[in-house]
Amino acid sequence: MTEEVILQVKDLKTYFHTDEGIVKAVDGVSFDLHKGETLGIVGESGSGKSVTNLSIINMIPNPPGRIAGGEVLFGGQDLVKLPIGELRKIRGNKISMIFQDPMTSLNPFLRISTQMIETIVLHQGLDKKAAKAKAIEMLKLAGIPAPEKRIDQYPHQFSGGMRQRVMIAMSLSCNPEILIADEPTSALDVTIQAQILDIIRDLTARLGTAVILITHSLGVVAGMCDTLCVMYAGRIVERGETAEVFGEPKHPYTQGLIKSVPRLDKASGDRLFSIRGQPPNVIDLPDCCPFYPRCDKAMDVCKRKYPATKDTGNRHAVACWLYTEAK
Amino acid sequence: MANNMGGNDTLLDVQDLKMHFPMGRKGLIGGKHQYVYAVDGVSFTIKKGETLGLVGESGCGKSTTARAIAQLYKPTSGVVNLNGRDLTKLKAKELHAARKGMQMVFQDPYASLNPRMTSGDIIAEPMKIYSRKGLLAISKKEMDERVEQLMERVGLSRFFRNRYPHEFSGGQRQRIGIARALALRPELMLCDEAVSALDVSIQAQILNLFKDLQDEFGLTYLFIAHDLAVIQYISTRVAVMYLGIIAEISGSADLYKKPLHPYTQALLSAAPIPDPGIEKDRKRIILTGDVPSPDKERVGCYFYDRCWKRMDKCKESRPQLKEAEPGHEVACFLYHD
Repeated sequence: MTEEVILQVKDLKTYFHTDEGIVKAVDGVSFDLHKGETLGIVGESGSGKSVTNLSIINMIPNPPGRIAGGEVLFGGQDLVKLPIGELRKIRGNKISMIFQDPMTSLNPFLRISTQMIETIVLHQGLDKKAAKAKAIEMLKLAGIPAPEKRIDQYPHQFSGGMRQRVMIAMSLSCNPEILIADEPTSALDVTIQAQILDIIRDLTARLGTAVILITHSLGVVAGMCDTLCVMYAGRIVERGETAEVFGEPKHPYTQGLIKSVPRLDKASGDRLFSIRGQPPNVIDLPDCCPFYPRCDKAMDVCKRKYPATKDTGNRHAVACWLYTEAK
Repeated sequence: MANNMGGNDTLLDVQDLKMHFPMGRKGLIGGKHQYVYAVDGVSFTIKKGETLGLVGESGCGKSTTARAIAQLYKPTSGVVNLNGRDLTKLKAKELHAARKGMQMVFQDPYASLNPRMTSGDIIAEPMKIYSRKGLLAISKKEMDERVEQLMERVGLSRFFRNRYPHEFSGGQRQRIGIARALALRPELMLCDEAVSALDVSIQAQILNLFKDLQDEFGLTYLFIAHDLAVIQYISTRVAVMYLGIIAEISGSADLYKKPLHPYTQALLSAAPIPDPGIEKDRKRIILTGDVPSPDKERVGCYFYDRCWKRMDKCKESRPQLKEAEPGHEVACFLYHD
């Protein structure tokens, strides 16, 4: 991780217009991604993790979705305003994505070779033969045995873990600057998850790729990420270096989240801490702290106004009325 | 051995349970029958008031085991003794009566509730069925009261009883599923990944609810999950399954402190811990390969292909589940012949 910022997300807002009202799926998200950094975005379902990342590469289905404001600065360009032709040169090339379910992101009718070669020819300008060699090399790096044979197989001939390896090989085949991984291991078993996380860690370190890792698992974040953003109801409530946030969580939501995960290294016995209530309905959210009905430390001001994000020092920022800006 | 523990406090006694699903013949005519060996000889007992955690990766046969116990599948062979009665030998009517003491909670709170019934009707349904068959004496008024009590008990307001499942969140739906399972006052609850689909903050609420209900009603759980930390939190004893067999079974504290089977060791080392300080220095045993498909008859240890401590004899014969230490059984040649 270096100081060089390669992606800057500024006050990003993505709204969905539905019959019931406006869903502010992402409502003012800002963060920087540095070269070679692995950034984790954690949050529960519906907190806006995936929409944030789809918005970065402008893949929000419109209608019903719409990027309502903000900037995504990458390589001197604002991706939000970029025409589709220019965007396509970036997607899959400089910024690539892997998703939770590798079966739905691979075309079941095409051989792996066809799908991989297409990407490489398109973005790297190699001829087919060189592209195939490159594809085989990537599959090998991703830990697929006998890649020269398996490249001519179809997706259904691979297991779930193997498919995710194919996705990783494919997404890294154009040496992207950023890899966005949306719950890459959530559909996989724990022993396969360990294999896949290992490969992502090794390969991106070797290629110098920055990673945005979206996950609901605090355990995965703890082992993978340099920095971390915690999302709740469409906003980042806390961000900072992983060790710092885990060591000294500031937002009551982050504190509750960390305490409510059962841990392997702690014997059972005591009752598990649990955050009371339900996550909020994100339709027509009022402009107050969305966590206050579940918060043990809620104050009057929390019901009136959304707290600004305050830098509390040590690169640690939190959006909560309990804290003031560090001088 | 599990078989010798048929004492009075044993609620469920499963012996050599097998569930093989036929897949047709190989070739057109006269070929050999093919099977998926989903559960291939599982034995364990659960004492009253205990929680047995069943953990393993997808396809290892956890859910099939629970369904074969509930007789939702007719087991290929084996014995399922609930309170001393073998469920596999009961006639349909007797089985119906015996099932009253055994209820299931499922993983997906979206798929396991009828979307066209109100939450009150869903919770009352088991009572209606059993009273119609004359197996439960309950008046309409008592039934309504019990529905309201159950709803309050699982943390739902009784004013929600006329709402439909889609009006509830995932966690609330799981509470409806739990209330339904409690309606017949069962002794044994089979919880199949009952918290796996829930978000972390809701998962903690539901886990605590399961524990409270156990204390209050003296429930016995067979709790299935793939999350090792969840299993550790909820279980008194834990069985680790792999490819249709039990690889290791022991008291929860013992298993997590001192796992014996190489598979359990790998599984525990692969599970992430939400603490960056610990994760940084952790040594992982990374297993190679995937879980093999259970559709082949195999000789030797089922874990042989992926085992990092395999020996020659593991290839030829299959280790039996035997006690390696008091109360700690393992199916591995490293600990016995």
